Amino acid sequence: MSEISPAEWTAILLSLRVAIIATLVATPFGIALAWLLARRDFWGKSLLDALVHLPLVLPPVVTGYLLLLTFGRRGLVGGFLADHLGIVFAFRWTGAALACGVMAFPLLVRPMRLSIEAIDRRLEQAAETLGAAPWKVFFTVTLPLALPGVLAGMVLGFAKAIGEFGATITFVSNIPGETQTISSAIYSLIQTPDGDAAAGRLVIVSIVLALGALIAAEWFARRATARLHGN
Amino acid sequence: MLRVDIEKQLGEFSLHASFSSEGRAIGLFGASGAGKTSLVNMIAGLLRPDRGTIVIDGETVDDTAAGIHVPAWRRRIGYVFQDARLFPHLNVAQNLDYGRRMNRLPSDPVQHRRIIDLLDIGALQGRRPGKLSGGERQRVALGRALLSKPRLLLLDEPLGALDEGRKLEILPYLVRLRDEANVPMVYVSHDAAELRQLATQIVMLKQGRVTSFGGVKVLT
Repeated sequence: MSEISPAEWTAILLSLRVAIIATLVATPFGIALAWLLARRDFWGKSLLDALVHLPLVLPPVVTGYLLLLTFGRRGLVGGFLADHLGIVFAFRWTGAALACGVMAFPLLVRPMRLSIEAIDRRLEQAAETLGAAPWKVFFTVTLPLALPGVLAGMVLGFAKAIGEFGATITFVSNIPGETQTISSAIYSLIQTPDGDAAAGRLVIVSIVLALGALIAAEWFARRATARLHGN
Repeated sequence: MLRVDIEKQLGEFSLHASFSSEGRAIGLFGASGAGKTSLVNMIAGLLRPDRGTIVIDGETVDDTAAGIHVPAWRRRIGYVFQDARLFPHLNVAQNLDYGRRMNRLPSDPVQHRRIIDLLDIGALQGRRPGKLSGGERQRVALGRALLSKPRLLLLDEPLGALDEGRKLEILPYLVRLRDEANVPMVYVSHDAAELRQLATQIVMLKQGRVTSFGGVKVLT
């Protein structure tokens, strides 16, 4: 198999950029939501939980279409952001990042939530009796103990984001250099005569990235267990 | 020093306790299920009474009629739990320093040295809690509570999870603590022998009510 071409590199680098930005922006929201779902009881909690998981079960094309309706140029949110803040999502790589972030969100939140749920709340009480205000308890006890789960969530979210296809292509189309990620590039290549070799190379890149992410997530999960046992 | 007059309903169990003490070491005695831990949690601010008042060192920390409830982190109490509850992600030195950092207290090397010597935990500083024995963990927990400079130390069966040998190992430290650390304490136990050695005053709790109050002789 020959070398990776510049056009393929463009798709790979764009995918990496989209997935990294999507993961980094989604993480603080993910942590906040994971904490809320793990630690608070409030009206509409099951609804919020279902809403977070919706992109996991909804056809990606539906999610993409809903994003287009909401964040497109004429969308309610998209129009406001474009007019007042100059942020445009439609047919831009930022839109691809948004789509990937939304699709990756359930996978990103889940390990975070599980690791926060696994923390012994009595440790947080102990911190409180030692004079730590609630937000300090969160940053000095809860978050450090949940860190391996947070990282595992980020890795899984990243893996999902880099492979996302349906919602992205529906929302921001398939523009080389702007919104053509590895997945959409493969999609185009297999519809092109003689595209098989290039598609094959990108398939291998996808497999390597996904495997790497899964192994990393597993490693972080093992670290989490060791950390909670104080070794 | 400590004035408690509270009511709390916990499911089927009702706790109604009232006592006032100037003692340096108040022993809270009762069988398991008598409401000792709930009472201590209320003094600590981890549990909120349904009705009543709690006054520590002249400061009203709970007064349901006046709507006062000082949260645990502002009460300046030290709490030693039966199960140590050391932070597993921090080593012993960082655990010991936690209260001082949270309360933004200036470092006090003299007191630090004194407490570490008192409890013989100098050699453990670099270790993680997972690598400590039960007795060592409990000594570190004591040190961590004391180093936050509390005005009242709450000890909830600190020897409860230890076997006989370990108990005898820790007991002398607790006696030294009472005599030298200069912090009044509330010591919870269901073991009369333990309290005879440690307490100067006894509050006896039975099924959520204070049944006797007075010197150590009420234990007999």
